[in-house]
Amino acid sequence: MTFPRFEAWARNAGVPDMVERPTDANPAGSRPSSTNDREGQLRQRLERLGESLEAHRAAEEAANRRGKSSGFAQATKVASEFVAGVIVGAGIGWGIDKAAGTTPWALIVFLLLGFAAGVLNVLRAEGKVAEAGARLREPSEQETQRPNRDSDRPAP
Amino acid sequence: MAADKVDPIHQFHITKLVPINLGHYDVSFTNSSLFMAATVIVATLFLVMASSGRSMVPNRWQLVAEMSYSFVANTLRDAAGKAGMQFFPLVFSLFMFVLVANLLGMIPYFFTITSHIIVTFCLAMLVITTVVVYGIWKHGFHFFGLFVPSGVPAALVPLVTMIEVISFLSRPISLSVRLFANMLAGHITLKVFAGFVVTLSAAGVAGMAGSVLPLAMAVALTALEFLVAFLQAYVFTVLTCMYLNDAIHPGH
Repeated sequence: MTFPRFEAWARNAGVPDMVERPTDANPAGSRPSSTNDREGQLRQRLERLGESLEAHRAAEEAANRRGKSSGFAQATKVASEFVAGVIVGAGIGWGIDKAAGTTPWALIVFLLLGFAAGVLNVLRAEGKVAEAGARLREPSEQETQRPNRDSDRPAP
Repeated sequence: MAADKVDPIHQFHITKLVPINLGHYDVSFTNSSLFMAATVIVATLFLVMASSGRSMVPNRWQLVAEMSYSFVANTLRDAAGKAGMQFFPLVFSLFMFVLVANLLGMIPYFFTITSHIIVTFCLAMLVITTVVVYGIWKHGFHFFGLFVPSGVPAALVPLVTMIEVISFLSRPISLSVRLFANMLAGHITLKVFAGFVVTLSAAGVAGMAGSVLPLAMAVALTALEFLVAFLQAYVFTVLTCMYLNDAIHPGH
């Protein structure tokens, strides 16, 4: 069963073929008749993969540009990360003071710790410091968690 | 008089539609509740109707529904691995709720529920509670190993652990503030520029001509706000996935 309209759309959108479709020169089931034929097929495949790679690169570049251009989003990100640390530090200190009656001291100490946590948050948000768990995780485990995107393609 | 008309904060006022009092608690049905219900209904109807066709070649509605599904699924799988997929119902519901709430808020005269920090804070607390409960249930005391970094001099461990704990506790706040601040600021800016159009055009012919500039700005801002509505729903989802990843893999 074929879907000509969908296939036309997919070709225009640069979607790579999921399945190796039999071409006229080499119908399914028959062995490659000559090396010439095979080379042509490989060249076609290379071309197609190159095209999809280009599309992928362009999409990535666009994503980068979008990330850079929206300065307001970045500003709120950094500001909220920093302010949240300070607020939580001050809140914990105030709560301890309230409970233990040590009035200014816990607030002072935890406000300072909150500043430190805020700076840590900002550095993490900007990717300058590794996430808390990242150092503990074994690299081999990390590797297996990531799904292999190319696993559905045949090996070259 | 004109000042009342262009009050940019007025759009965030909460009004009681059906006053209800349970004991000492005021649990009235407000305009915020109405739009929360509307958000859930719109999101559910959209997904159910769009996917009801189940055709092999999707029509436009089904394509949008399938795209949103696979978009969230890919985001979650990239951030939290295969084990993260057990949280897919939660993450997808959150994404659709925030996205539809943001987009509904873009319709004139509609209330934007995500511009109230209590709403976004509740959503963030839901995420963090899930992370903590699942982390402790699955890993027990080991989950707290997240807060004790390795390779730090013994004298500094208490201090660094304290900072890590505060940093962890600040996540729901930064998560909620980010969404809330973006929506609030965007809607106020829109209202202010729209207000300029009204006040300028009241000042005679020259004002009329001048009001073209803020009008153009308002149009451009509307487009930007649609982008922000989607982007913030996405950011909320990505951060949720990252935090869930901590619960699933809190070190070794």
